[in-house]
Order: sequence, then structure tokens, then C-alpha cells
Amino acid sequence: MSRIDQRGVFVDLGQERPQVPARARNMSPIVPRASIHGRALVVVVAIMTFLASMTTGAVLLVSASASEWQSDVASEITIQVRPQAGRDIERDAAAVAAAMQGQPGIVEVRPFTKDESAKLLEPWLGSGLSLEELPVPRVIVARVQPGTPFDLAALRSRVAQAAPGASVDDHRAWIERMRSMTGATVLAGLGIIGLVIVATIISVSFATRGAMAANRPIVEVLHFVGAGDRYIANHFLRHFLRLGLQGGVLGGGLAMLFFGFSESIAGWFSGTPVGDQFAALLGTFSLRPSGYVVLAAQAVMIAAITAVAARQTLFATLNDIE
Amino acid sequence: MVRFENVGLRYGLGPEILRDLNFQIPAHSFQFLTGPSGAGKTSLLKLLFLSLRPTRGLVNLFSHDVSLLSKDEIADLRKRIGIVLQDFRLLDHMTTYENVALPFRVMGRNESSYRKEVIDLLRWVGLGERMDALPPILSGGEKQRAAIARAVISRPQLLLADEPTGSVDPTLGRRLLRLFIELNKSGTAVIIATHDIALMDQYDARRLVLHQGRLHVYE
Repeated sequence: MSRIDQRGVFVDLGQERPQVPARARNMSPIVPRASIHGRALVVVVAIMTFLASMTTGAVLLVSASASEWQSDVASEITIQVRPQAGRDIERDAAAVAAAMQGQPGIVEVRPFTKDESAKLLEPWLGSGLSLEELPVPRVIVARVQPGTPFDLAALRSRVAQAAPGASVDDHRAWIERMRSMTGATVLAGLGIIGLVIVATIISVSFATRGAMAANRPIVEVLHFVGAGDRYIANHFLRHFLRLGLQGGVLGGGLAMLFFGFSESIAGWFSGTPVGDQFAALLGTFSLRPSGYVVLAAQAVMIAAITAVAARQTLFATLNDIE
Repeated sequence: MVRFENVGLRYGLGPEILRDLNFQIPAHSFQFLTGPSGAGKTSLLKLLFLSLRPTRGLVNLFSHDVSLLSKDEIADLRKRIGIVLQDFRLLDHMTTYENVALPFRVMGRNESSYRKEVIDLLRWVGLGERMDALPPILSGGEKQRAAIARAVISRPQLLLADEPTGSVDPTLGRRLLRLFIELNKSGTAVIIATHDIALMDQYDARRLVLHQGRLHVYE
């Protein structure tokens, strides 16, 4: 412009007024932060992240407890020796125990004594029970070396030879049920997380449309000065990514605090009947560090979903604005 | 630079408001676009600015058939066009300086490369002491000048102005017209839409007259 000034081309209308030193700088953002009413969106994303984190945490706890139960149960085999007419149950039990000792893969065989069998039945039949008068089967528990291939058919055949009235239970049916239950829990959790993500996308989409409607004049002016859709979308996207991250950190952080606090409470009640019940159901109620990493990753994922949903809506809306 | 061939425009299913437009805008030319209110001046400017597509005919801009352009290509072409609208369209959250510097910012240029240029232009249009003011506190004339400064700051090849002197007094109107004339002398093709005959009488230039949807060119 100074070239033109020297030629005296433009009329300096400002000469009528005293000139002041220019301090002007580009300080304002292209899209004003206050024009995007983000508080509601942060709250929505925070709630969604919290719900998703709670679901994921619960699924992780149940899965961990179920796999603990499964490994406990799978490492045991129970043999019942039923009383049969004309046979001495004590001798049969001893023969079965001896047969099992020789089976490869079995590291411990523990026949339940009469008193122990009576204790097992005590909740149903009361104390002071005399097993002599009842045809109560004898139980033998064998512990299997974890991770070794185990020939169950050979064991059944050995046990049947030792005592025709004995049956072998490797808890397979129970494990299958546990597996189904765990799978159902994980599926239900994934379903809830899916719904939460869909609800988040819809909320973000509405918020984005609202923000675009509120900032339509800005978008139009940016178009006038030659800004492309990508340039405009990127300026809006920064806001939505920030809002998504705020919501994700808030919701995910609260969920982590909840699990950390619950773990502490479980620790305080450890050894009490209530604590034992919880421990039986949900293990140690501990998410472990990997669980917290999963929750943090999930919060980042929801923030990213917020940004992607906003981006899609931005481009769709920009097509309608000239 | 601009060529219209048999161009027609209608909104929705309504009547054709622009019919059989055939004209050219040569580079470095200066013309007034005039006609009664509602004749379609603003619609024609929007066609020239690519914010409307013709319902029929060919619009060729900077040697591009506009019907074949993608949105990104349209955005690139708009960087070569400056536009001044009747309602100024300044961004209220930005200072006068930032509004005028906006085209450079959108181009991705470093502020240090254009800051002096923007400040000089603001001083030239009499907004030297209003650089840090926000548009809501500017007068109508100041807004008009800021809008004009924004349109010309990047030295567009084509300048479109819709009633650019509508909000200012006659004296300032004459000064702004002179600004457009000088810009034209520096190489920009200028189209000023106005129904202010007094303004047109001040400068002997080509006139494009819209009447009943048709364009008559008076060289």
C-alpha cells in the first residue's frame, strides 16, 4: 500500500483525525469460544463417559472374578463314591483314591473323611449326624496340575474299575454356565456402551447443529473471504474436541475415583461377613492398573467420537450454508 | 474475465427473475450495475460471487465454467473476488483490524507479512483510530469503510459492491467512489451495484441496467 500512498492514489480519509499508534493484532479466534454453548455438551459427554466407564469397569470386574472362579473350579475334579449293596464304601473310596494317585496330571488327592462329609451336609441335615444310618456318598477331591493336558476318559475308566458306584465330575457343565454368564455380561456391557456411544453422537450432532446455526453469519463471512469448508470446519472442530476432552476427563475421572473408592471400602470391610460376600461375588473389587488404562482409553475414545461426530455434522451443515 | 451466456435464474418454482443475460466483464474494467429496486441486482452479484448457481445458461469466471467447480475450487476463486454487501457482514467479535485482515488470515499468511498493509489501508479509509474497536460500536459509515477495506485488502481481480455508498453521506460517498476508481486503476475490475444516479453521474463508466429481468449494457 505504501507504493500507492507515494503515488497519492488513495484518499487518506484519516487525515482529518489524529492518528494513534496501532496496537492492533490478531487476538480473536475465528470462531468465538463463547458462541458455542459448550457447558451442556460437556455435561452430556461427562455423563455418557461416566456411564460407559461404569459399565466397562463392571464388565472387567465380573470377567476377572469369573475367570478366577473358572480357574479354581477347572483345577479340581470331584469323585463321588456312592454306597452300593454288597460293597464296602470305605474300601471303594480308598481304591478310587489309590487309582487316582497313579493318574498323570493329578498333583493332590484328598478323600473327605466321614466327619468332613457330615460337615458338608450340616446346613441341610443339622449337626450330630450319623453317616452310618444314611446312604451318603463319599467325596474325593483331586487337584489337577494347571496347564497340563489331562486324560479324563482314562481317569473315568480307572475309577469305574476301582469302584462301579463312583462318578467323576470335572465341573465342565458349571464352567460352561459360568462362561455363558460371563459372555452374556460382556455382551450386555458392550450393548450399553454401544447405546451410550449412539446417544453421545446424537447429542454432539444436535449441539454441533446448534453451534453452526448460532454462528451462521461467521460461516457466511468466512465463505465470502474465500475460506473452504475444511478451514471453517477445523476452527469449529477445535472447540468440540476440547469440549469432548473436558467431558471425557470429567466423566472418566469420576468413574476412576468411584472404582478407587470402592476398592478402598472393600479393603476396609475385608474379613467381615459383608466383605467376604462381596469378595466371593466380585473378587477383590480391584480394577488393576490395566483396568484404569482401559477406562482412560475409553474416555479418550469418547472425546474422539465427539470430535468425529461434530466433524461429520459440520461438513453436512456447511453444505447447506452459502 | 467474466462471461455470461443465456443465463437465467429463478428461485424454486417461481418466475425467472433474471432472463437471457449475455454480457462480459473485461479485466481492469469499471461498471455500474443499476436498475429499480427488486430488479435482481443483488441476485446478479450473487451469481458473480458464486453463491448462487444459474438455473440455465453458462457462467464463465476466470476461464472456469462455474457449473463444473467443486466447493474447494469455488473457495479458491472467491479469494480472487472482493465483495462489499449492503449489510456489511463484519464479524462482531473481531476488531476492525481483525475484520480487515481476515482474508489474509484465511489464506494462511503470517501476520507479520500483512500487518503494515492492513494498518495503512485502515488509515487510508479513515479508520486509523478505530482499529481496535468492535463493529457494534462503529457508525454505519465506519462499518461501510471497514467492509470496503476488507474487500480490497487482498487486491482482488474483481470487486463487487452492493450499494457501497448507501450508508454514508454524499461527501463520504464521493470519497468511497474515488477509492473504487483508484483501485480500478491499479488493475481491479469493479462492479458497483447502485440505484444512486447522482453517484453514477460522478464517473463516466459503463452501465449495466437491469430491467424486468433483462440486462441492457450501455458502453
